[in-house]
Amino acid sequence: MFSFLARRVISSVLVIFCVISVTFVLARITKGGPFDKEKEPPPHIKEALLTRYKLNGTLWEQYTAYVGSLARFDLGLSTRYRDWRVSELLRQKMPNSFALGSLAFVIAGCAGVMLGSLAAMKKDTWIDRSAMLAALVSISVPSFISGPFLIAVAALWLGWLPVGGWGTVSQMILPAICLAAPYIAYVARLMRNSLLDVMKSDFLRTARAKGLSETQAVVKHAAKVAILPVVTFLGPLAAHLLTGSMIVESVFNISGAGMIFVNSIQNRDVFLLGGAVIVYCVLLVIFNLLVDVAYTLLDKRIRLYA
Amino acid sequence: MPEMTSQARIARPDGWQLLRRNRAAMAALWLLLSLALAAIVLPPLLPAAVKTTSSASFLPPLHRAHEVGMLHLLGTDVNGQDMLYRLLSGARVSLGVGFVGALISLVIGTLYGMISGYVGGRVDAFMMRAIEVLQSVPRILFIMILIAALDDYVKEWVDGWRLAAQAHGWPRFAAAMSDLKAYSKVLVMIVSLGLVEWLTMARIVRGQVLVLREMTFVTASKAMGQGSWGVLRRHLLPNLSTIILTYLTLTIPAVILDESFLSFLGLGIEDPAASWGSLLKDGAQVINPLESKWWLLVFPALLMSVSLLALNFLGDGLRDAFDPKSGE
Repeated sequence: MFSFLARRVISSVLVIFCVISVTFVLARITKGGPFDKEKEPPPHIKEALLTRYKLNGTLWEQYTAYVGSLARFDLGLSTRYRDWRVSELLRQKMPNSFALGSLAFVIAGCAGVMLGSLAAMKKDTWIDRSAMLAALVSISVPSFISGPFLIAVAALWLGWLPVGGWGTVSQMILPAICLAAPYIAYVARLMRNSLLDVMKSDFLRTARAKGLSETQAVVKHAAKVAILPVVTFLGPLAAHLLTGSMIVESVFNISGAGMIFVNSIQNRDVFLLGGAVIVYCVLLVIFNLLVDVAYTLLDKRIRLYA
Repeated sequence: MPEMTSQARIARPDGWQLLRRNRAAMAALWLLLSLALAAIVLPPLLPAAVKTTSSASFLPPLHRAHEVGMLHLLGTDVNGQDMLYRLLSGARVSLGVGFVGALISLVIGTLYGMISGYVGGRVDAFMMRAIEVLQSVPRILFIMILIAALDDYVKEWVDGWRLAAQAHGWPRFAAAMSDLKAYSKVLVMIVSLGLVEWLTMARIVRGQVLVLREMTFVTASKAMGQGSWGVLRRHLLPNLSTIILTYLTLTIPAVILDESFLSFLGLGIEDPAASWGSLLKDGAQVINPLESKWWLLVFPALLMSVSLLALNFLGDGLRDAFDPKSGE
């Protein structure tokens, strides 16, 4: 177990390193530097700025300087928001995305598993068919359409929830549902298919034979095994949801981490972009590790070694 | 519902028969074909007056512009452009970007997956590791970086051709190039999306190749002296074709969705070109609580949702027909 975790951490660090390198090089070979504005600054000032941020010299020199500062756990300074450290900017924006993302994650997981199990247990009835149709619809409708639609129905028409704003739980519900909608559908489809497979297996026949009702058999025995593919999916999903969604944040006017991605690319803010990518990758690695650990807890047959 | 009543079928029906029996998937296919046909055929047939901007801005649907007397079926936008025409040309761009982008990702993904699966061993391990690295970058972020990186180069490249054409005295080619410059963002979007969306395709194809390469007919053709490339092209590719078609159909809505996200954020398709995403962005910008210009949002939203739904229906139908084991 321990050597498995150690190996995974080492290979994950390598993966993160590759991702950072690719991002940095792509961001630097893109036309237009961080200090090119419509009103071009005088050359000597631009030169001084580039020197200050260690963005002059060859690409290799810039890259080694950046990696060097990363090795000292320094994410650098933002080139757009002068005198702001990247870590400060991330710390300011991240909590909003974390709150929204974790709520959306819980909704996606719970609603998806419940809908999927229900559809599997009532296979080929109208419940199954309408649940799967709803899943396909919510995969197909993009969040910038479902967002305004949700606002119009739940906030303006029915008046159940506030139209906008940020801070209270009731203000978070609509954006979280909007963010979670397609993932509820993915989880539900995964859960349904996996549960249908498990329900054919021998140990479930035994469970039924010893007199358990279908519901009891599913809840006590099948669900634990059937949920494994869902758990695999939930790992990357958590990283994805927690780092914020550009679309939902822009539709609901929330100041979160998703816009950091968009703005840092538009402003050629290399270090801020790098910092945001690092946060995303680190979260991804952590959640994938958690998934592997959760596997051993759910299914005793699985042992961790690579 | 399989009807196995009087004439008992001995052979298992093949994928195409299964697909033809899937009513939802067939309806989706016909809907998509007619939409694509309308998007290609209708715009040139519309009267020239609807294709330009006019002073009749924000005309509600089914209203006539005063001075010209032109009927605007679906209303007009902020610049007095006819919404029906904008929607149809938006469908051209959205479906076109989706289709060509998915085709590019198909070519890359198929080649990558076939090589990885067929060669096997260390090469395979390395190539799959590379896919894992790429998958841990947020996809939309990667596309945005690519667009930013490519945009200026493509504009410059097209402009270079235009200048060269002018210097050589080819006015028609120069005019074509200056038209292309206005639409160069479409080109950039297609390439960027195509370069990013191939990861799933590569993994699916590799999985299939791993199974296929152990089959006796592959061993036989190798024994008869056919080279690796020949085996891949003549024997493996035909066996992969239905699964490739299936994942092509499922990649198209993914590409369309990504394109619309970017255009909605203002990073994608730019005027004069339009896509469903950019139309929705334009509609969202002029919305205000006092007078709702609902037609600017409702029509593109409906058209886009219905098309994506149809594509997903068709893709699911194809997958059920040809890849019954992988229920996602």
